[in-house]
Amino acid sequence: MIKVVKLNKKFGKLHVLKDIDEHIKKGEVVVVIGPSGSGKSTFLRCLNLLEQPSSGEIIFDGKSITDKNNDINKQREKMGMVFQQFNLFPHLTVLDNITIAPIKVKNMKKVEAEEIAMKLLKRIGLEDKANTYPNKLSGGQKQRIAIVRALAMNPEVMLFDEPTSALDPEMVGEVLDVMKSLAKDGMTMIVVTHEMGFAKEVGDRVIFMDEGRILEQGTPKELFNNPKNPRTQDFLKKILV
Amino acid sequence: MEIITNIVEFLSKYYSYFLKGTFTTLQISFFGVIFGSLVGVLISLMRLSSKKIISRIARVYIEIVRGTPLLLQLYIVFYGLPMFIPLPESRMFLGTLAVLLNSAAYVAEIIRAGIQSIDRGQMEAARSLGMRHGVSMRYIIIPQAFKNILPAMGNEFIVLIKESAIISTIAIPDLMYNADTLRGITYKPFMPLVIAGVIYFIITFTLSKILGILERRLAASDQGSEA
Repeated sequence: MIKVVKLNKKFGKLHVLKDIDEHIKKGEVVVVIGPSGSGKSTFLRCLNLLEQPSSGEIIFDGKSITDKNNDINKQREKMGMVFQQFNLFPHLTVLDNITIAPIKVKNMKKVEAEEIAMKLLKRIGLEDKANTYPNKLSGGQKQRIAIVRALAMNPEVMLFDEPTSALDPEMVGEVLDVMKSLAKDGMTMIVVTHEMGFAKEVGDRVIFMDEGRILEQGTPKELFNNPKNPRTQDFLKKILV
Repeated sequence: MEIITNIVEFLSKYYSYFLKGTFTTLQISFFGVIFGSLVGVLISLMRLSSKKIISRIARVYIEIVRGTPLLLQLYIVFYGLPMFIPLPESRMFLGTLAVLLNSAAYVAEIIRAGIQSIDRGQMEAARSLGMRHGVSMRYIIIPQAFKNILPAMGNEFIVLIKESAIISTIAIPDLMYNADTLRGITYKPFMPLVIAGVIYFIITFTLSKILGILERRLAASDQGSEA
């Protein structure tokens, strides 16, 4: 579904991504782990061109999105993204947060968009918050709504950029539960996270990145129980105390 | 008591100077604010443009206007500009033009600062949902920026009304000019200037109160402002 060929990203002199080759299949849940500054978030942000790659190619649904003549907005409709800082729109109610993209991008009718939004809100148990503004919500609620906002566009793949890192510990679970149920439904997901429990439980494949390269990858079992690369071993030792 | 009878006497004799002057000042301020804002929006869009040349032109304009005296700009527009560009020779037109071109630079900076104060994540979230740049600006960024911009804009309008007094130097009979004329006619330096000052104050104070009400309404209608 997404194919990455020799992806490089430089910020000035800083070489953040080095010759990344990757292939993400439909329905796969890929978890990207690695120390901070390893380039995993940049890698994710390159996939929907929030960061412009310095070189290399990204192919989504058979189309090269890094091609100069490509209109990225079309593919972004099919790639939902969830951010560490939620990035809900503070001037809009929860319902409007969810419906604005379907209405403005897909030209969906307001009633129809709201119907979808309410269904999604019910799924995460927050239908009573439809007319609330984001500043009245807890971090966990905000992030669940951010997920639903992305889902309202009916995406083919969901990108998660450290979705639980800005949350208080007691709220991590409720967000991970939503993500788990998404995975169960067969959504293609790419998740950058420090939640190793999540990686073990729902990940089909775990990628370990360090210093801009993919150093090792495999099933969670392989990677966590039997890491081959010394740096993976070192990293896992540090976080799995 | 004597001072009050003095003022009443003075006003009953010369009130038309103040009336006409106030009207002229309001007229220039009105067009200055409206067209200054429009030109300011245009310059701020240029300033925020991703095309480097366009952004630089706007930047140079803003820096020059901010870095030189308004009086000098007025003289250049009034004495210099008509030599190169065919402009209506009306004093009012050229005076207002100078004031609005000056104000536009400040308005542009206010708008730019307001838009750039919005967290980058807002634009990223909008774009990641497939919204184009223009759509994201219109529905996500500008509505949030507007609230930051409004107080500074009100301030700028008040500055413009006060600074418009400078056009008296090119003999446009605004409030300042007429007050000064009365000073010459009556040999009373104090009375006409104080009266003009009171009128300027009433205008700006009223405007600032109106803008205050507007701001509070906006804050009340949007509970999401603190998020």
